[in-house]
Order: sequence, then C-alpha cells, then structure tokens
Amino acid sequence: MGNEAIKNLGAQAQAGTAIRCREVKKYFEAVKAVDGVDLEVKLGECFGLLGPNGAGKTTLVEVMEGLTRQDRGTVEVLGYQWGSGDDRAFRERIAVQLQETQLADKLTVYETLKLFRSFYRRGRSVEEIIARAGLEEKQKERVYKLSGGTKQRLALACALVSEPEILFLDEPTTGLDPQARNHVWQIVDEFKAQGGTIMLTTHYMEEAARLCDRVAIMDHGKILALGGPAELVERIVGHEVIEFSAAEGFDRNLLEHLPGVKGVSGKNGGYLLRVASAKETLPLLLATLEKGEARLNRVSSRPATLEDVFMTLTGAALHD
Amino acid sequence: MISKKIRHPLVEMTVARLKETIREPEAMFWIFVFPILFAIGLGIAFRDRPPEKLPVAIDQRMSDAAKVSQMIAAGSNLKPVLISPAQAGQNLRTGKIALVVSHDPKIISAKNNAADALKANGLGPDFFLIFDPTRPESQLARLAVSDALQAGAGRKDSISLQDEKVTEPGSRYIDYLIPGLVGMNLMGSGMWGVGFAIVFARTRKLLKRYAATPMRRSHYLLAFMFSRLMFLVWEVGMVVACGWIFFNVKVYGSILDLILISIIGSMTFAGMGLLVASRATTIEAASGWMNFIMLPMYLLSGGFFSYTRFPAFLIPFIRALPLTALNDAMRAVINEGLPLFHSWLEILVLIAWALVSFTVALKIFRWQ
Repeated sequence: MGNEAIKNLGAQAQAGTAIRCREVKKYFEAVKAVDGVDLEVKLGECFGLLGPNGAGKTTLVEVMEGLTRQDRGTVEVLGYQWGSGDDRAFRERIAVQLQETQLADKLTVYETLKLFRSFYRRGRSVEEIIARAGLEEKQKERVYKLSGGTKQRLALACALVSEPEILFLDEPTTGLDPQARNHVWQIVDEFKAQGGTIMLTTHYMEEAARLCDRVAIMDHGKILALGGPAELVERIVGHEVIEFSAAEGFDRNLLEHLPGVKGVSGKNGGYLLRVASAKETLPLLLATLEKGEARLNRVSSRPATLEDVFMTLTGAALHD
Repeated sequence: MISKKIRHPLVEMTVARLKETIREPEAMFWIFVFPILFAIGLGIAFRDRPPEKLPVAIDQRMSDAAKVSQMIAAGSNLKPVLISPAQAGQNLRTGKIALVVSHDPKIISAKNNAADALKANGLGPDFFLIFDPTRPESQLARLAVSDALQAGAGRKDSISLQDEKVTEPGSRYIDYLIPGLVGMNLMGSGMWGVGFAIVFARTRKLLKRYAATPMRRSHYLLAFMFSRLMFLVWEVGMVVACGWIFFNVKVYGSILDLILISIIGSMTFAGMGLLVASRATTIEAASGWMNFIMLPMYLLSGGFFSYTRFPAFLIPFIRALPLTALNDAMRAVINEGLPLFHSWLEILVLIAWALVSFTVALKIFRWQ
C-alpha cells in the first residue's frame, strides 16, 4: 500500500463507515445466535465484540464476512451487501481469520502463503508478508510442526497477503501464551497504524482494552452496551471497585446510600461496590460496617475493568 | 525447489494438492504400492500350473482293488487312492476326492434299496461310481474314470483322437485380473483421494477459510481433478507394467486408448468422490458412504470374476454400474485389443455417471 493510499484511508476513517448492521437476526433452530443487532463500525477503527463463549460473536462476524446469511436485517460492508453483486470480487477488499481454522498440515509456511497469495489479484509479496509476521525462521517448516502461536501468526499472515481494507479476527489469541499473544497484537497494531479497519471478537477483556477503540458487550445474541473501553467502564461501573467480604450483621441498603457508590452486587457474604473513588468511599464503608458490628474478613480496591462491566450488565462472570 | 513466482491460482492449488498427497505416506502406499503387491499376490495364487490330477477313491475291500487302481492310473488326469469305505465317505463329503469306485453302493448312504435288490439278484453293475453331480470336478472324474475302466477292460475306440494343448497369454486368470485391478484402483483412489481430502478440509474449517477468499470455488474442485490426472499415469502405468513384466500380460489395444479410458474412468470416480464429500461433515460419515458405494461394485463389477455368474435379470443393472463399464472397457482395450469406440456404451455410462455426480455435487456442495 502506498503512502498516498494510507493517507487517503486515514482521511476516510474520519468520515466513512466500514460496517453497518441493522436489525440483524440469525437463529439456529431454537438458538437465537444473533437477536437483533444494530452496529456501526467506522473506517480505520478497531472494533471489538466482547462476550462469553456462545454469546453469538462468531455468528455475527460470519454474517459480516458473508459466510453465513442472516435471517433478518441488513449488513453493509464498505457499502456492499453480500449477494447483491460479485461477492467473489468483493472478497479482494476484506481479510478473514476464522476461529480454529487448521491450515493444510503438509504444506510449508511459504507454500501456504503462496497459495493464499495466488487467490488475490493484488497484494504483498510472500517474502514481505513473511517478514512482517516474523516467520522467516519457519518458512520451510510444515504447518503441523508449528507451535500454536506460530500457527496463529501464519493464519494472520494468510489474511494479510492481500491489502485488505477490513480485517476480521475471530478470537485471534485464544489459547496462546502471553508472548505469542503479544506477537499477534503487534501485527494487528501495524495493520491499524496503516489505517486498516479491524473487527475483532474476543472473550479477553484485556485484549479488547488493549486493541480496541470501541467495544460492544454481547451476550445471548444481543448487544448490551457499546462504547470506548474506558468510557464503558466509567459509565457502567464507575472508576473503581471495592470488594469485601463480611459476615452479615449490617443493613445492605446502607451500602447503596454511601456517598460515591454507584451500585452494589454480592452474594454469600462477598460484596462488590462500584464507586467513583475508592479513596473517598472506603473510610465511610469501614465506618458503616463497624457501626453495624459486621465482622470484616477481607477488603480490597482496584480500578474497574471491562470484566466488571460485563458482570454489572449480566450478573454473571465473563469467565466461569 | 521453491518457485518464487506466484502462478495462476488453479496451478498453485493443483501443486498444493499434489504436494499434500505426496507427503502423506499412507496415501502413497494405497495409491502406489498396494495395487502392485495385490497384483503380485494374486498372480502367484493363480499362476499357471499343469492341471492337477483328480483324486479318485477306490474301495480297498474290493478283491480287484489293485487292478482297478492300475486301470484308473492309466487314464488321463486321474490319481487313484485306495481307502476304507468310511474314509471314502468322509473325503467325498469334504471334497478331498472327486469320486468313489466300489462294488457297494451303500458306501456313503444306507438308503440305496433299488441297487441293493439288483445286486442281490446278480443283475447289478460291475462297479458303482459314487459322486456328487453338482461338483464340476466330479463330473470330469466321472467321464475320465468311465473311459479308463472301459479302456482297461478292453474297449476299442472306434475313431482315433489326438489332443493338441494350447495355453496362450490372454486367456489366463491374471490376464483377466490386471484390467480389473486397474479399474478398481482408479475407483478406490479416485473416490478416497477426492472425497477424503475434501471432508478432512471441511472438518478442519479449511474449506470455509478458502471460501472467505476470492478463490474461484471451481478452481478448488478442478485442482482435485488435475492432481488426480497426474497420479493416474502412475496408478495405471505401474499395474500395467507389473502385469507385463511379471506375468507377461500384454496390452493388445492401443496405449492411447488405454490412457483415454483411464482418464474418463478417473474423472467419473473423482466426481463420485466429490458427490460423497459434498455434504458429509465427518470422516466417519464419508467412509460409510464410500464403502456403501464401492463394496457392491468390488463384488458385482467383474473385478475378480465375471459378472455373468450373476442371474440374467441382474446383468443390465450390473452393467450400468460405473466400475463395470470401466472394467469392461479396460478389458476390451487390454485383453481384446479392440478400438475404444467399440466400448461406446461403456463410455456413455461413465460419462453419464460423471456428469450427474458433478452436477449434483456442485449444487449441494457445502463449504462449511
């Protein structure tokens, strides 16, 4: 991609829309995999779908990728609706990394990339993409001999052999060790830096916070909340959380009326307070508990995360 | 070895297919080594031997047993054995002997009352020949024993006959077997080679990954056809060459015709493999369908023995099977040296199967 083109894309990013979903529904028999999703992803944005396994993230992304046809609603990718024209030609403009694809075992890294490159009319040279993905050492290795992290980098490299405008990544780092995960993130960062649009699914909140400009929290086929990672945390949870456990003996309602408390959740004697500032609320909390003669076992405070957002919205943990 | 230039996607896909197959040791064994071992094994089992002598039992209680034995030994292709009646009965039942010569018809079963009565009146025959008429070798033994005993007793032939023995390549079992092996080999490797690889790629979500690229879907399927054609040279060539070198099985027809019919057959079975693989989502399901389709043809289509042994009403159905058509056309070229157009009906059958398989497969094919 030339510098000029990158600048152009950068300019479009401020105005244009990369993906637009309206009222998208996809049911598999009794399962409402995607149940009325409205979504807009801007050009140049990295957008994350965050949710537990089975939330419908993969189905929604596959609808956007034109691999699954929605039952209801419309999907536009770069202004194109799947099935309305030459799907095959349109695929030149997007790149896809599927969850759990196993590439041909007996081919080498180089051969695999060369094969994928041959599908596209324009794109990078195989050597260039190998260098970008850091696969120089492994290029003559057969796929089945690669480690999980290297396989994932190869999968990403296969997606980037062309010069895609949008990159779809379905759980790109699931099951990878921290080092391999970092390596994948670097490749994504580079693509982003060049103005590419990314649609990513993950169930790692850390990944979403690290890579995404905006995230949508998804569960049971619906989008529960949408916004920038920090903004979502601030809006839905608050700045910080205080966690404590104490034997009963105080009025729970008192907690909700403490200054700075945005919400309380808890069971079995373990509580979570969503607060604007732990520093301000903590002394008041301790005083309240003392007054109620509750026996305090443990107390801690930490910055709020997307995990807390999910828990606040659904009452369940993201990872069980 | 690595070519840097990016070639046409169809070429790249075909090359990838070839490499994947070559790098799979099991596939290589089944495609290349197995048919040769098979041909050699069968060739050894059915090698040409002088016809074996038919064993004929002589009731050892007979006073003239030794003389009878001499008379029979002088006959053509007979081997007399002197044994006890009990032993004779058992050997006849188990097929170890073809016929029993005795004065006593009850040597096998006690029920022969009519013969008993004759014998008691002194009107019985000189010998009883006891055998099972449903067994071809017993029928042969019956004729030869009769000749031997008559001649031994002094019968003069009224006309003279002389045998001229001919055993020529082209009429042996191995000559029948080699074209059948080529046909079965094309069917097996065509269906497994295409069907298995596609279902495997589907279970690994690789098909879906390819479908997410601008790759032409027809290129993916065509690559299978082309890679099949490359292996065909070896699959057909090795078996035919093996037959030629080890068993002197000649190709009487033209090599070009042999190549053409091999290509047509190979494409037909690749198409059928594609059809089986078009929807199957597990290797087990695909294997089940493959066996369901192929096993009857191994039995019916004249690979190991002529399908004319089956009842007449079944023959038209058997001849409509693709492997029957391929085997018949193969034999016409290899054994009979007939030009290819002689097998036009078989070729039509093959093309019909190929067209129907491809069309249906492409229509119902699932990429995920």
